[in-house]
Amino acid sequence: MEPISFQVDPSRYRHWDLEKEGQVMRIHMNVDPDFPLRDGYELKLNSYDLGVDIELADIVRRLRFEHPEITSLVISSNHDQVFCSGANIHMLGISSHSWKVNFCKFTNETRCELEDWAAQADVRTICAVTGPCAGGGYELALACDEIWLIDDGNSAVSLPETPLLGVLPGTGGLTRLVDKRKVRRDRADVFCTLAEGFKGKRALKWGLVDEIAPRSIFEEKLQQYLDQIQQQRPGRQDRQGIVLGPIEVADVDGVRSSSTLSVAYQPEKRTAEFTIEVPAVSGAPSTPAEIHAQGDSFWPLRLARELEDALLDLRVNRKGIGLCIMKTKGNLDDILGWDRILIEHQGDWLVDQILHLTTHVIQRMERTSCSFFALIEQESCFGGSLLELALACDRIYMLDEEGVQIQRSAMNEGLLPMTTDITRSECRLLGEKELLESNQGNYSRLDASTAEQMGLVTEALDEFDYADMVPVAIDERVSLSPDSLTGMEANLRFAGPENLESKVFGRLSAWQNWIFIRPNATGPHGALTLYGRPERPDFAWDRV
Amino acid sequence: MSKVDRSGKIPNNVDLAGDKRLQRALEHWLPLYMEWWNDMGPAGFQTNDIYLRTAVSIESGGWANFDYVKMPEYRWGIFLAPTDSTNTIGFGDHYGKPTWTEIPGEYRGNLRRIIVTQADTEPASVEQQRFLGTIAPSLYDMRNLFQVNVEEGRHLWAMVYLLFRFFGKDGRDEAEELLCRRSGDEDKPRILNAFNEPCDHWLSFFCFTHFTDRDGKFQLASLAESGFEPLARTCDFMLTEEAHHLFVGESGLDRIIKRSAELTRETDGDPMKAGGIPLDMIQRSINYWFTYSLDLFGGEISSNAANFFAEGLKGRFKEKSRYEDHIMKEGVKIIPQVVNNVVVEEQIPYRNTINEVLRDEYIDDVQRALRKWNRTLEKMELETRITLPSRRFHRHQGIYSNHAFDPEGNLITEEELKKNSDRWLLNDEDNDYLVSIMHQVIEPGKMANWIAPPARGINGQPLDFEYVRL
Repeated sequence: MEPISFQVDPSRYRHWDLEKEGQVMRIHMNVDPDFPLRDGYELKLNSYDLGVDIELADIVRRLRFEHPEITSLVISSNHDQVFCSGANIHMLGISSHSWKVNFCKFTNETRCELEDWAAQADVRTICAVTGPCAGGGYELALACDEIWLIDDGNSAVSLPETPLLGVLPGTGGLTRLVDKRKVRRDRADVFCTLAEGFKGKRALKWGLVDEIAPRSIFEEKLQQYLDQIQQQRPGRQDRQGIVLGPIEVADVDGVRSSSTLSVAYQPEKRTAEFTIEVPAVSGAPSTPAEIHAQGDSFWPLRLARELEDALLDLRVNRKGIGLCIMKTKGNLDDILGWDRILIEHQGDWLVDQILHLTTHVIQRMERTSCSFFALIEQESCFGGSLLELALACDRIYMLDEEGVQIQRSAMNEGLLPMTTDITRSECRLLGEKELLESNQGNYSRLDASTAEQMGLVTEALDEFDYADMVPVAIDERVSLSPDSLTGMEANLRFAGPENLESKVFGRLSAWQNWIFIRPNATGPHGALTLYGRPERPDFAWDRV
Repeated sequence: MSKVDRSGKIPNNVDLAGDKRLQRALEHWLPLYMEWWNDMGPAGFQTNDIYLRTAVSIESGGWANFDYVKMPEYRWGIFLAPTDSTNTIGFGDHYGKPTWTEIPGEYRGNLRRIIVTQADTEPASVEQQRFLGTIAPSLYDMRNLFQVNVEEGRHLWAMVYLLFRFFGKDGRDEAEELLCRRSGDEDKPRILNAFNEPCDHWLSFFCFTHFTDRDGKFQLASLAESGFEPLARTCDFMLTEEAHHLFVGESGLDRIIKRSAELTRETDGDPMKAGGIPLDMIQRSINYWFTYSLDLFGGEISSNAANFFAEGLKGRFKEKSRYEDHIMKEGVKIIPQVVNNVVVEEQIPYRNTINEVLRDEYIDDVQRALRKWNRTLEKMELETRITLPSRRFHRHQGIYSNHAFDPEGNLITEEELKKNSDRWLLNDEDNDYLVSIMHQVIEPGKMANWIAPPARGINGQPLDFEYVRL
């Protein structure tokens, strides 16, 4: 199969129409049925596949960087019959398990990023539902701050997956339904088993939407509201966005490289070695104006984008890779210097968004079904933001040798939080409060044994032990059951409190993935398999 | 005793007198229905005596009692046809099992959807035809219009009965919604598109009763096969009344065609000179209403239709007598589809094409009437013939709706369609002209100049009978 590229730009969108008026961005879903990402299905009735969502993710990403002046985002549809009929069922029906899982994960990450960006950039997001809005379509609506529904006796919101498809609704919609919108659980229960969903008044009464209006005044009412939102957010009309250019990637002899990092694939060993090379900070921009002038070539932004692109490529195009080895190359002074530029200029919208993006990318890494080991060796520069990357790994091996050091900074104390809103240090040291406190504010250079004492690395190993143990640990890791590891890692990585986002992914990974392999969904007589076919599903009735 | 049945005013065979739940639901709904009828029913004739047919029982002859009645006092009733002696499900995965007399829980949603969609068309057509009485070409036609209207009202009752009896609170909510939606209203339109199209004059009315009500016949007939017995019996009885609506449409068009042919001859080819309707305008009207009515059958390839069939909810037209295999799990049907801008034939699993199977039956039926009209033209020694456009032309639903076709069914460009659309479809100019020639004719026995008289009167009455007392 052709590898999937996650890179796209507005000139190549096939499924979305963009319309910017003043400080309001409107995006209209307008899926071209004849351009599915893979052959074998048509994207009828504004249903979507990964290709549609890659464009949406690109839109959200560009809103973050290219349109800092906007005050509201309206998501609507240009389809005359429906708003969105959700994920394309025929696509799901013919897709492999891993494709379905990656699809659901990616679409959820897009929705989470939409939510994160809206909160971080203080942009009000409104889903204007004009027509039936089902399944993943309602999930998209749920990811907005507000849902407006046309009250025309036809437009409805629904999560029909349980009655129609025998799978979990809305790629995670249930969490957003009861946790985010706080719809009562018994009402949610009724809603989720009713294929046609709820229209107008009942949808409003049960809290499934925030506003209803008849067609004749819908647009006018919405426009008034958008004007009001804009007035409440003065002073951003002069902001100038930057342009996100394409990411240049070379793939030569199994090494996929871009300007800030390379990934060396060894498929026979089922490993990939990520190496991030940190450039000298001398000559780096020192004022917000200089950072803006550098735009998408500013190194921290480049790194975040390229690392994300590499992770997405790993997930979808590199089946069989079980372990990623994370390495860095450069000077601690340089990485801490780059970090300092961001830390000092917080409050500038661009700098803030770079920090948010970096946060998002490291979280994305933690949600990747792959083992991660960080190796801290000679020439490594795991400081600040890069140390955070190491802390996101399942294990950290550090060579105990003269000159091998790490260093904490403010980046490790809340600027790059986990999905669960706590820091990685807090997550690591949940049961070691004193150790955590002694870590806080300690920004000195740390050698291996100190780092180990501080709970920052898994093992500090001298030259001989390192050479003995690390290769064995790698071999052992890739020999274990990949399913078991995926489950084990997902359970160990997110210790501590839960929040909406962690629940979305936790529930999704656990339950949807389970349902996806159950015969009642995907067996020869399963509901998902038979959807759209003349036969009816035949369920095994035992509750497992 | 309940208010609704105190005077025995509601003819029924569903034991209304003994069904408290049904009485209670009707008590609430009846005033709303009357309000709707007075607001949206035929405008200007609510106090007149009209010679109408009322169904008072299901016995032979009981469904056709003729007398003068004021429309708001019409005795709308609730009737189920007698039970089928076999009482087994006639098709789908439950073939041969006993029919359901109560709703099977797993199909409740689908059944509700089927019933609400059918029910919504009944009041919609009354709304569409609301002002036609004021421009009726004769008392005979005016009476037929009102007969159709009150019976559509009764059909609404029939469906509402099912909602009340089997769907509890949800059913009551839906029944109320049926009275809130309005044909052509931007904010609360009727569910199906054809029922939101304006019906401003009698050519459209006859086309509507011929083509659109005929869709109703096929929908009702396929629901009359349903494994849910009360639905099957309700629809079965509705079909007896529907036949008259189709007669009104078919004979009305035939009379217009006949008169247009006469005027064409008399005026050397331009009936407009004599206030008549040109044959090409009739053709445009047929093109318009036939294609809108085709949309009502739903998508050519439909998993809903496959489910409804598999579940035993909605069968095919005359399922028992016309088909041998009632399960049809295997088998395919050829459906021409547009692929890469070419029409190619593709094999689709049969059950997914059930809508198209029904559409085939419908088109055959329409063709039959067409032959009759063409015989009329033949007799008048005119060379013009009425034709049916391709099922791909001018569609708003289904696999052809995103492509442009000419009336012969050939793929054309959007520009070509736009350029010819006034030539192929009833246009604003036509509608303006048609409204301009239609004036109320109230002298008993007299006809407007653009339509020929019918062959005979209603219920054996002469043509100059006073069908409506004005």
